[in-house]
Amino acid sequence: MAVREDIAETAVAAPRLGGLTVPAWQRLILVAALIVGLALPLFLKNFHVFQLTLVMVYAIAILGLNLLTGINGQFSLGHSAFYAIGAYTTAILMDRFGVPYFLTLPAAGVVCLVAGFLFGLPALRLEGLYLALATFALAVATPQLLKLSILEHWTGGVQGIVIIKPDAPFGLPLSQDRWLYYFTLAVLLLMFVAAVRLVSSRTGRALKAIRDNPLAAKAMGIDTAFYKSMAFGVSALYTGVAGSLGAIVVQFVAPDSFTFFLAVSFLVGLVVGGVGSIPGALIGGIFIMYIPNLAEQVSKGLAWAVYGAILILVIYVMPTGAAGFVRLVTGRLARLMSSNR
Amino acid sequence: MELFLHQLLAGIATGGIYACMALAVVMIYQSIDHFNFAQGEMAMFSTYIAWQLLAWGFPYWIAFAFTIVISFIAGVVIERALFKPIRNAPVLSHIIVFIAMFSILNSIAGFIWEHTIKSFPSPFPSQPLFNNRLIGAHDLGMIAVTLILLVLLYVLFRHTRLGLAMRAAAANPDSARLVGIRVGWMVALGWGLAAAIGAVAGMMIAPVVFLEPNMMLGILLYGLAGAVVGGLTSPVGAVLGGFAVGIVENLAGTFVPVIGKELKLTIALVLIVAVLMVKPSGLFGRTAVSRV
Repeated sequence: MAVREDIAETAVAAPRLGGLTVPAWQRLILVAALIVGLALPLFLKNFHVFQLTLVMVYAIAILGLNLLTGINGQFSLGHSAFYAIGAYTTAILMDRFGVPYFLTLPAAGVVCLVAGFLFGLPALRLEGLYLALATFALAVATPQLLKLSILEHWTGGVQGIVIIKPDAPFGLPLSQDRWLYYFTLAVLLLMFVAAVRLVSSRTGRALKAIRDNPLAAKAMGIDTAFYKSMAFGVSALYTGVAGSLGAIVVQFVAPDSFTFFLAVSFLVGLVVGGVGSIPGALIGGIFIMYIPNLAEQVSKGLAWAVYGAILILVIYVMPTGAAGFVRLVTGRLARLMSSNR
Repeated sequence: MELFLHQLLAGIATGGIYACMALAVVMIYQSIDHFNFAQGEMAMFSTYIAWQLLAWGFPYWIAFAFTIVISFIAGVVIERALFKPIRNAPVLSHIIVFIAMFSILNSIAGFIWEHTIKSFPSPFPSQPLFNNRLIGAHDLGMIAVTLILLVLLYVLFRHTRLGLAMRAAAANPDSARLVGIRVGWMVALGWGLAAAIGAVAGMMIAPVVFLEPNMMLGILLYGLAGAVVGGLTSPVGAVLGGFAVGIVENLAGTFVPVIGKELKLTIALVLIVAVLMVKPSGLFGRTAVSRV
């Protein structure tokens, strides 16, 4: 036992930063972030609370994409479709059947799980660019399918569906926006914890093995077909729940909110936050929520050019996303500290 | 039957547009091994340059040649300036830079030339050839230009040292570098060529769909679809794929009841995915074989 401690002391594997190990820092930051997250809406105007809620919604969607792309190595340009399915499931259940909003979330999740799994089955045969095209087709087809005249009775056609914003339950003294913020925060935490558990489980290791070397994974006895389709399903579940929350928060669904552009936004958020990093999804959500607005403030006419320039800059500074950047910086700092000692 | 023939020829005419774009897509795929999302926007920008040159009073074919040269240089410069520094970054980061380029080019074109729709002249006569009632002269000219491009590319890639070097640089950069090929410049050259082909495609397409910053979006999709159906490794396949997509799109829109008109695009895409299910590397593509 003594020998072991000795190794831990001298090895570079457990570097310290200002007296704390890196995992301890992570826990500290996590707790601080949670406290800030809980306190923030009390000091902000309703509109800003609404924006922060959307950040969390996007974060859940990006996390879904991350499970597929970052953990399992499959590429998707079609996650706007699953977001749309989730949103429409909630909207139709609430509007046509009067189901309370919190019950529509699991329903949307299950519907998307099935949809994702079914889409994942044929996608098994496709890789890389071809998979990108197939998912891309899905994203492009979604708004058209939603506008279809024979489905208009359910989907409301081009007009979409308007949802009523829920009030805080049990007479809590919270505005609707604040209540939805806390509700979303709770869902976010649940989903993030589940993702962390999933990734570090046996299933998670199987998924990563398939990403890193599909042939070797198969040779080890991993059922690649099942895990790959399941990854699609779970990924769609996350994105679908995000879509469902998004519909409740925005109070409105319409076909043109779920275009290919949304799928691209998720992808941007994924890469900016860090592919394969679970907390990175939150940074991605912040990026796709606020940077387009920021770009518009810089220049109205050239807003998208500014956005593109920011995007290129971000990739140059952090080629592996925010998560990779943080890892790099903490690694350097730790080495610096330990060599000073 | 006559309706069928009409739709078939209309499909071939629109297919010509897609084939042109598919060729540019395959070109860039051959040299950088992935797909450039900003390809359509690059072509759109080139077309605006041509429009500007024409507005300044240059004759058509001189403006045509100038545009190709400018686009080629711009393609090389973009590769050197934007992509060389991130050569070792993950593929997804490249894709994000493509997306960034997409939004930059689209936004700047709209800023300089405004979002109003402009007409673009066709170099071909407005009277249909031999007074036939089925296909216009511009459509035929466009198909001819596509085929000429295809032949030129075929000669370049199959029968010149430069083409061989470019293929080698794309297929196996490390080995290519070891035998003395300047891989970085081959990639830049590929970008230049893709930009030049895109410029030709843009100038051929603009008379049909009219010039505006978003003109290429849909076309790029179909072009990509055509390239994938035909096989991303085969220029001939890409051109045939482009035509196939145009034909299927038109026929589905006319003959599939109820949903045909509303879901034209979807039907075309579903068919593509179906083709991929059966032949994952496209109809004419080589199946990738890798050593374990």
